[in-house]
Amino acid sequence: MLGAILGLGGGIIVIPVLTMLLGVDIRFAIGASLVSVIATSSGAAAAYVRERMTNLRVAMLLEIGTTSGALTGAFIATHMRSRWLFIVFGIIMAYSALMMYRRRSHELVTEVKPDRIADFLRLHDSYYDESIGETIHYRVTRPTLGLGLMYIAGVVSGMLGIGSGSLKVPAMDLGMRLPIKVSTATSNFMIGVTAAASAGVYMMRGEIRPFIAAPVAGGVMIGAIVGSRVLGKLKSHRIRLLFAVVLTWVSLSMLWKGVYGQ
Amino acid sequence: MTSIQEPPPAFEQVHDERVVKVEIAISNLLRIGVAVSLLFIVIGTVLMFLHHPEYRHSGRTLQHLIGPGTETVDATPFRTMIQGIRNAEGRSVITLGLMLLIATPVVRVAVSVLAFVYQGDRVFVGITTLVFCLLLVSFFLGKAEG
Repeated sequence: MLGAILGLGGGIIVIPVLTMLLGVDIRFAIGASLVSVIATSSGAAAAYVRERMTNLRVAMLLEIGTTSGALTGAFIATHMRSRWLFIVFGIIMAYSALMMYRRRSHELVTEVKPDRIADFLRLHDSYYDESIGETIHYRVTRPTLGLGLMYIAGVVSGMLGIGSGSLKVPAMDLGMRLPIKVSTATSNFMIGVTAAASAGVYMMRGEIRPFIAAPVAGGVMIGAIVGSRVLGKLKSHRIRLLFAVVLTWVSLSMLWKGVYGQ
Repeated sequence: MTSIQEPPPAFEQVHDERVVKVEIAISNLLRIGVAVSLLFIVIGTVLMFLHHPEYRHSGRTLQHLIGPGTETVDATPFRTMIQGIRNAEGRSVITLGLMLLIATPVVRVAVSVLAFVYQGDRVFVGITTLVFCLLLVSFFLGKAEG
């Protein structure tokens, strides 16, 4: 529920709850979380695409990076011991907390350096911004840098079963100079496809357990539907601050568990 | 969807009317996919409790289901699932729901390939096909290794 609001896949909340509170094996928690990431993405993407915020061309290009990264990540995870998964997860979580705390509130409108590849692929687009009531045209730059960053985001996603939206949004926003709203919508669309790539591996390996994934997926889907209506009206600044504090705390306890064992 | 409030079209060559229609169709498809899979998951859960009334009373039995290493890894998840559905096993119906859910983004990418073919955009037909192949590879690799 919180995931859809904050532009994350929700896995960053699901995994600690399953492993720390319910004592589920971290590998099964990852499998269940991937399913919930897909649910969040497919549910919310439907609305975003209709508003034409998502840049499909950019999304598809970058998916090459994220899906191949996700495959790599899913394989690294099998050959890694559980305690290392906890440690990596703790680090990524701390990073997410930092990003959430520092997220910019206004847009930077700057000149973008012309990029030959971006021109060739016709990545530039426009979107209709409801808050100021006009159509904004934007240009995209440095697609190769974006592709590289997306590969890393994909590895993290496949390894930990999270959407890693916290890595994707800055890659598009700061790296490729997409407007923040477009970055968030595009990231949300992409996490579903990325998660599907690693979910395929986990499913075939038998690490998506019906009895763990079913309540998680059900809860997330219902939460996404209800949450997007209710929470949209709350002050997002306060939510972010509170959430950043919670994430930091959980990240520290995950690290503790990884370093000192059970 | 009857009330479509589309913002004024810009960049006509990219966003013409037909493309918009395709996009709306895709997003509706996604929603239906999510809704149907949720339905299967709920039905499966209900079936499970009907077949195993003891789960309702005993938290420990439920805990046993989600604990580590309680089930052997299923080498043929698909075949087991089909058999299970014939017997109206809750577990298999849930698995079907989960598989549908995982399939929604894959279908989404497949539809995008067609959309780019329709627009005559060869470069993006290539890019999207590559993404689609990577997704398919993930299923086969997971199976080969598992």
